[in-house]
Amino acid sequence: MAIRERLSGNEAVAYAIKQINPDVFPAFPITPSTEIPQYVANYIANGEIDTEFIHVESEHSAMSATLGASAAGARALTATSSCGMALMWEELYVAASDRLPIVLALVNRALTGPININADHSDSMGARDSGWIQIYAETNQEAYDNFLQAFPIAEHKDVHLPIMICQDGFITSHGVENILLVEDDLVKDFVGEYEPEHYLLNAKEKMSVGPYAVSNYYMETKRAQRQAMMNAKRVILDMAEKFEKMTGRKYGFFEEYRMEDAEYAIVIIGSAAGTCKAAIEQIRATTGKKVGLIKIRVFRPFPEEELAAALSKVKAVAIMDRCEMFSATSGPLGAEVRAALYQAKSDVEAVNYFYGLGGRDITVQDFEDIYNRLEKIAETHEITDMYSYIGLREK
Amino acid sequence: MNKSVEIRWHGRGGQGAKTAALLLADVAFKAGKYVQGFPEYGPERMGAPITAYNRISDTPITVHSNIYEPDYVVVVDETLLESIDVTKGLNKEGAIIINTTRCVEEVKPLLNGYEGGVYTVDARAISIKALGKNYPNSPMLAAAVAVSKVMDKGEFLNEMRASFQHKFAKKPEVIDGNMMALELAFEEVG
Repeated sequence: MAIRERLSGNEAVAYAIKQINPDVFPAFPITPSTEIPQYVANYIANGEIDTEFIHVESEHSAMSATLGASAAGARALTATSSCGMALMWEELYVAASDRLPIVLALVNRALTGPININADHSDSMGARDSGWIQIYAETNQEAYDNFLQAFPIAEHKDVHLPIMICQDGFITSHGVENILLVEDDLVKDFVGEYEPEHYLLNAKEKMSVGPYAVSNYYMETKRAQRQAMMNAKRVILDMAEKFEKMTGRKYGFFEEYRMEDAEYAIVIIGSAAGTCKAAIEQIRATTGKKVGLIKIRVFRPFPEEELAAALSKVKAVAIMDRCEMFSATSGPLGAEVRAALYQAKSDVEAVNYFYGLGGRDITVQDFEDIYNRLEKIAETHEITDMYSYIGLREK
Repeated sequence: MNKSVEIRWHGRGGQGAKTAALLLADVAFKAGKYVQGFPEYGPERMGAPITAYNRISDTPITVHSNIYEPDYVVVVDETLLESIDVTKGLNKEGAIIINTTRCVEEVKPLLNGYEGGVYTVDARAISIKALGKNYPNSPMLAAAVAVSKVMDKGEFLNEMRASFQHKFAKKPEVIDGNMMALELAFEEVG
């Protein structure tokens, strides 16, 4: 029987870490990190787990120490947020290219400036090209469930890539919600023991991690990294299936909500998907209009063909970005979903809206307005606001 | 109750409005409800106005926005009445509960013509009487439960006693005082 609890997103991830009892957890124990290392430090101090906690002097060092531990053969993780992640930048690429199965618990918050601490996807979206697997959550439950699946995905022999498990700052990280926890012994069985094939502390196999690669080798390394990311797609689905067998909770690359007959769709990442679901229920109940939602769970690897197929029957779609990329055109999700539609030779009308930057709230009413816009676009085929904002004050 | 109840808390940093919202989520959760308890974060400093929220429902809650049309508002610090429109969006069928030494007639003129229920609780006096110190949290939590009826009194008091017994395992002498603070607040708005 699952354990009925109520936890904040930070507490939920810390609890997952406790259940997994990883080997090494280096972290910078202050803002901009999260409450996660703090809770885990309590578990360690209370003797509930024997993870080695390393206090480091910065987030740059946090990821460096995690790299070292992982290369040595340990199951290693760290946690951060916002500018903390920005300070890890160099090491993010090292972790991916060294093929280290590190898990990063990331709480998505805005990057400075202006200084802002609230929910925004700028931090992880900026790192989307670093070679990390990225999985996002709508709820505390999903943040917890995704975290349980993280090590098995990252450590799989066909993958061997670092993975970041993302959730929205404050909205889920500090919000308390109902959650179903998995029993300790089931978690232990699911996550298993980490037995690396190759690792630095193996005296029988001398190896080097992170050497210099001249032009004659670099490109092949990158190709191998790409293969790992491609392999990750299958492994992510396999783990989701295994997880569903254990808990009954179903996961995939994305969630399709009321998409079976949807004519107007929204594509979104994170906590606002729940607010959108409430709008969908309201619209369907009061008007019968066929509205639906695709909530992206896995952004890296990007499920291009699957998304295009899921959107193939809609008349219009709004792709929602919770961060800017200042291309002066699309946001990151907007650009990639549009590319997916183009590749699939889709003729669906697609618009890209920015919302929720720096924690700006988005409401059920906002989503109702977006569906109204989509209906109009589908009727007139006139798009006057291809890259527009939701909830922006114009005066 | 078979619907979602939404509550907005107004307080000042350091007074425990956020903690009260989380406690309410806790106790409603223990009574079998689906809950949300969350603060609205700004620059956190002692004395700055803060807002926290609760959604409590018999069915799963998916909305992740702030609450703009609450059923109930709880004001932990009455000085906020002069600077913040605490009744903004407040449901006319609902109520506002204010921590103040003043009576209902005295605070009504400060509520922008709000037509719903108005309740006052002297949480400071209750807390000092019951605990010897000013912890307005517990009385305001009890008043919120009493007025909103998100759960019945007996259930609430049982759950709170259990959580005080857990929280104050090493200081059992304060449990009765805390329970008394809850009872007194219930009586005051009852």
